[in-house]
Amino acid sequence: MGLILAILIQGIQMVLVLALAPGLIGFTRKVKARLLRRQGPSVVQPYRDLLRLVRKEAVLADNASWLFRNAPYLIFATTWVAAALVPTFAAGLHFSWAADLIAITALLGSARFFLALAGMDIGTAFGGIGSSREMLFATLAEPAMIMIVFTVALVAGSTQLSTVAEFMVDHSTLRVSLGLALIGLIIVALTENARVPVDNPATHLELTMVHEAMILEYSGRHLAVIELAAALKLLLYISLIACIFAPWGMARQDDGVLGMLVGVVTWVGKLAIGGFLMVLFETAIAKMRVFRVPEFVGGALMLGFLGTLLLFVSRSF
Amino acid sequence: MERFSLDAAHLLAGGMVLVSFMMLYQNRILGLLNVFAAHAVVLSLSVAWQAYVQSAPHLFVTAAIALILKAIIIPVALHHMVLRLGVHRDIETVGGIGPTMLMGIGLVALSMVVMLPAAAEADPIAREDLALALSVILLGLLIMVTRQNAISQIVGFMSLENGLVLAATGARGMPLVVEISVAFSVLVAFIVIGVFLFRIRERFDTIDTQALDDFREGRE
Repeated sequence: MGLILAILIQGIQMVLVLALAPGLIGFTRKVKARLLRRQGPSVVQPYRDLLRLVRKEAVLADNASWLFRNAPYLIFATTWVAAALVPTFAAGLHFSWAADLIAITALLGSARFFLALAGMDIGTAFGGIGSSREMLFATLAEPAMIMIVFTVALVAGSTQLSTVAEFMVDHSTLRVSLGLALIGLIIVALTENARVPVDNPATHLELTMVHEAMILEYSGRHLAVIELAAALKLLLYISLIACIFAPWGMARQDDGVLGMLVGVVTWVGKLAIGGFLMVLFETAIAKMRVFRVPEFVGGALMLGFLGTLLLFVSRSF
Repeated sequence: MERFSLDAAHLLAGGMVLVSFMMLYQNRILGLLNVFAAHAVVLSLSVAWQAYVQSAPHLFVTAAIALILKAIIIPVALHHMVLRLGVHRDIETVGGIGPTMLMGIGLVALSMVVMLPAAAEADPIAREDLALALSVILLGLLIMVTRQNAISQIVGFMSLENGLVLAATGARGMPLVVEISVAFSVLVAFIVIGVFLFRIRERFDTIDTQALDDFREGRE
């Protein structure tokens, strides 16, 4: 009985992240439009878009290989697993032993690998340029992520997210290294989600686009699955930042239904705050030149490096 | 409470190191001046926190001096100077941001390695503040070395001085007279450098210090 319940709660988390991800995208678009004094589409618009895409026929290029057809499902599956593993409303779920920061980084890395391959599969120039740029950013963003993981792991003594979250609640302190890691993780999150200083999610201007360039050839249900994966990734990163740096309100392992409900409410609140802050930042700055982005992402790598360094040299940072 | 005051002091001092790195990263002059103002604001917060923790009211005076002089007067004056010299559109070549950042990390590592064993006897709040202050000083030197434009060299010099103030407040018992005289000597140095800038510009039509080297070589 206990096992069934544990698996059920894990299942609820999986469904919940999937159900809320397009809503988060809709919320950020709405807030962004309001900040620009426009009316903006309704919050449920991404759900309608996904429904429309699923109903449409998928058009394939003549020279598309099996890779092109299967890549969307692989990308979606790895991203969904990663997003379902991050503790959102409760720590210590049944599969929390697998919710390891390094495993999540690896899952996201393989999703990126398939996306870049799919971008080059058709052989159009746009897909190639998108893939090459994505890989350029990834060569800096992934080591930065790993250094941030090391910083957090050195402070909390574990790379398992549930343990990290519980450690942060019990020993909440101000640490220089954690501050550096937070800024670094925000930069990595902006890069990975193709948000404004790095890439503009709302444009199809070919000189600047990265993520959109890779998925330009997709249509119908393939595109729907990729868009959903992108939405899941945004939700994953906001949940990850909330889980490591602001885990308050999250239900513990032995909390009852009430604790879980409180956890869900605070988690949705954190998502809204995170999305709002991200959009506020995006509205305030302009997009960077592509060749300046490596410097920006290199900053995240540097911060992660510095955080690890400070921790190694002195235990009290 | 003891633990929290220590952590907050470290966080503010670490924030100064971070802002120093932002200065290294910044390659536009007006952006650099804004970051420099932020550096001074973090410094004055850090000093004010030390004043509160050590219950040393004279440090509040130091914080106020840092805020008024370095966060408002000097950046505004530099801003005017940049506009009058007409160099606000110049984007400096620093010689690669990546290598400079790596050098900066190396300097931070160096100051940790040197300072933590050297001050092992001191109390923790002073020891790690000193290590971070030394990093700020070395990063200020690095800014001066890697920039060609005379105005950004001034900014590097001023941020170096911010590191000195940070070090002085971490070690308790620095007399107020010394701090005030240091602050005013910096102001005097600023005025002298400002006059020099216009002289250099008059003679060479540029404030790129590379021109000075070329000139000297030309005489030989």
